[in-house]
Amino acid sequence: MSEKKRVDEPTGTETVGHEWDGIEELDTPMPRWWVWTFYATIIWAIGYVILYPAIPLVNSATEGVFGWSSRGDYAMQVAAREKELEPIRQALVSTDIRKLNGSPELLQQAIEGGRSAFKVHCVQCHGSGAAGSAGYPNLNDDDWLWGGDLEAIEYTLIHGIRNPDHDNTRFSQMPAFGRDGILQPGQIADLVSFVRTLSGKEKSSAAAGRGAGLFAENCAVCHGPDGKGSRDLGAPNLTDAISLYGLDRASLTNTITNSRYGVMPRWGQRLDPATIRMLAAYVHSLGGGETLPALEDVSEDTLDQVGDGARNIGTGNEQS
Amino acid sequence: MGLETSVPVMNNPENFPDPEVRLYEKRKAVHPQRIDGKFRRLKWVIMALTLAVYYITPWIRWDRGPYAPNQAVLVDLANRRFYMFGIEIWPHEFYYVAGLLVMAGIGLFLLTSAVGRAWCGYACPQTVWTDVFQHVDRFVDGDRNARMRLDKAPWTAHKTVRRLFKWSIYLFIAFWTGGAWIMYFADAPTLVVDFWTGQAAPVAYASVAILTATTFIFGGFMREQVCIYMCPWPRIQTAMMDENSLTVTYKDWRGEPRGSLKKAEAHPGSFGDCVDCNQCVAVCPTGIDIREGPQIGCITCALCIDACDRVMAQVGRPRGLIDYATLEDSELEMAGKPHSPIRKTLFRPRTILYTSIWCAIGLAMLFALGNRTRIDISANHDRNPVYVQLADGHVRNSYTVNLRNMENRPREMIIGMTALEGGVIWSNEGSREGAGQRLTTTVSADSVARLRVYVAAPGTGPEREDFALTVTAADDPEARDIDEVFFERPETD
Ligand code: SF4
Ligand code: SF4
Repeated sequence: MSEKKRVDEPTGTETVGHEWDGIEELDTPMPRWWVWTFYATIIWAIGYVILYPAIPLVNSATEGVFGWSSRGDYAMQVAAREKELEPIRQALVSTDIRKLNGSPELLQQAIEGGRSAFKVHCVQCHGSGAAGSAGYPNLNDDDWLWGGDLEAIEYTLIHGIRNPDHDNTRFSQMPAFGRDGILQPGQIADLVSFVRTLSGKEKSSAAAGRGAGLFAENCAVCHGPDGKGSRDLGAPNLTDAISLYGLDRASLTNTITNSRYGVMPRWGQRLDPATIRMLAAYVHSLGGGETLPALEDVSEDTLDQVGDGARNIGTGNEQS
Repeated sequence: MGLETSVPVMNNPENFPDPEVRLYEKRKAVHPQRIDGKFRRLKWVIMALTLAVYYITPWIRWDRGPYAPNQAVLVDLANRRFYMFGIEIWPHEFYYVAGLLVMAGIGLFLLTSAVGRAWCGYACPQTVWTDVFQHVDRFVDGDRNARMRLDKAPWTAHKTVRRLFKWSIYLFIAFWTGGAWIMYFADAPTLVVDFWTGQAAPVAYASVAILTATTFIFGGFMREQVCIYMCPWPRIQTAMMDENSLTVTYKDWRGEPRGSLKKAEAHPGSFGDCVDCNQCVAVCPTGIDIREGPQIGCITCALCIDACDRVMAQVGRPRGLIDYATLEDSELEMAGKPHSPIRKTLFRPRTILYTSIWCAIGLAMLFALGNRTRIDISANHDRNPVYVQLADGHVRNSYTVNLRNMENRPREMIIGMTALEGGVIWSNEGSREGAGQRLTTTVSADSVARLRVYVAAPGTGPEREDFALTVTAADDPEARDIDEVFFERPETD
């Protein structure tokens, strides 16, 4: 193309030699400061290479005078954030959990903190939406095995469930009625029929009638004569629509034959009290949290002091 | 362009010493001469107006009551609000700002197709500030010739002191330019105090520093180079102009061949009107020669018209050897015909089209502004979990609901729901006990409230049911908004 280079008459400037449909481009000289900015970028780059990690080596890169690294930067940010959050953690630990509802702002901060901590420590079993799965309770609903007020949730978190080496842990054990030969398979089938009638999954039948007797003898101790369960023993309510291991015949037969032994770690050992309190607040906030029983007994005055939050917390749906 | 020029070639390629220099070229300093005339006066007026708008606007007060700032024009980045007199724009209404920008763009198209680069010549900040700085030059170092002399003079103590003095004036102007800018982003009277007592946000100091530096460099030193090398607008304008756009034109058919008065006296009849006094070049703020024809360096400031008109008056020839003219008129004039009427030049399909688009957008925005509700709901169905089985057999769905109260007072709002068989609604502020079909909450002035709203309905029913959440202001049933959502249930076996 260079052979087409020519000098443009009116401007006296050479063209670059390209032509598009009669339109040509002038090869106007660049302003000199343009070159200076180019040199400036080179100097900048040299400084950058000296100060920051830049040249790749076999396993890493040159470190740079500043010793900057993205991991180090991250650690610094985390540390700074931790420091910022320290007062909240302090306030949280020093507040009586029964009065937490009285400070809506602190409660909200606890919930947000719990939301993050949950994603680290709890989602493995309970799922990222805290909806659980067979054997792992859904924390969004209004059915609680061991109690659903702030205090009870915190207790469960600290001491865990079925940690045999720990005295305060939540503990109970259902017998393996089939495996240990307490009941015969036929009896278990009858019992399954009866239990299913409790939550309306099956209509009453002769088998269920036989199962009722077996229930009174073997199960009512823990699950109560009407099957409503007991929170002291973590014995589930068999009459509601929610079940941890499933209410179909196969699952129920399995549960009665072999028993179940759901375990939750005792987080008191692993997490600091503030984080546990945050987790309790978060789990409680998911929609099924219950009112603290003690607060229902206190006088109106105290309630007013504690604020409206106390009355509003949870769904208060125990009766249903 | 169809304009045939008989102008002699000014810069011969032979004049370039060697190819190195042709790659990069040192800027040739421009020292425009003082001039007076009708366009210079127009430029003074426009400079005064634009600077006044720039400096005064943030100080205009506008009473918005106790919950909102009282600054008429305020870009409140921290709270994400944009205030312009009676209009308050929220981030989700940013399309109004986009609309304004589109109008500004079309306005420029209109201006350019009608009167050429009038923006560049009169109103562009680069032009206005360059003008200001050039007046500083004139004030400190005298007019063109004195400045050129001083430029060439060696760096004596005298020159150094003068330069330092001039640059400190540059810096002073640049600082006040940057300083005024930040007033648009915070309450101006408070910010001024904070700024000088060291309490303003670091970003305020940084902004002032950056704008001071850019003004100092662009206005003090880069000047016409910004227009020639950096600004995209001249390139776009070239495409916007046509044979009916007004532009500053040297009427070579009248002026050429040029010759001094003496020559003209010696050979009457063989020279044109141009007396080759170079006054048009001397006054040009971008340092070009308009007699070489239309060129990208010309910002159409029309100062050369003023200069030439003066000369023509002195030598007793008609004014307008350099004048605003359209290409079409130039050709008519060359052929000795009268100009087409100005009415026809200004009102042609192109300008009418731009004007109507401009008006249509403006009207649409006004209409939308007049009709917008200042209350708003947006609900998002929680996806994890999609639904929650409740102990009594009902199913619960949760929604993250944002309620916007765009008025400058706290407002009580009622969230309701449309047709969901057996459904009840409550929020994290309430409980399912006693929940009904609606709930009430108060949203503080000019803010968004985020609620977690729960809806429970019987477990039997379709797997997915559409319904809607509504919000109504308690004090005005007309102020309402609705958002369509759905309710999910487990699969029934
Ligand atoms: S060329 Fe660009 S910077 Fe120069 S006056 Fe025109 S719009 Fe402004
Ligand atoms: S040629 Fe004339 S109109 Fe163009 S920039 Fe120079 S003085 Fe202004």
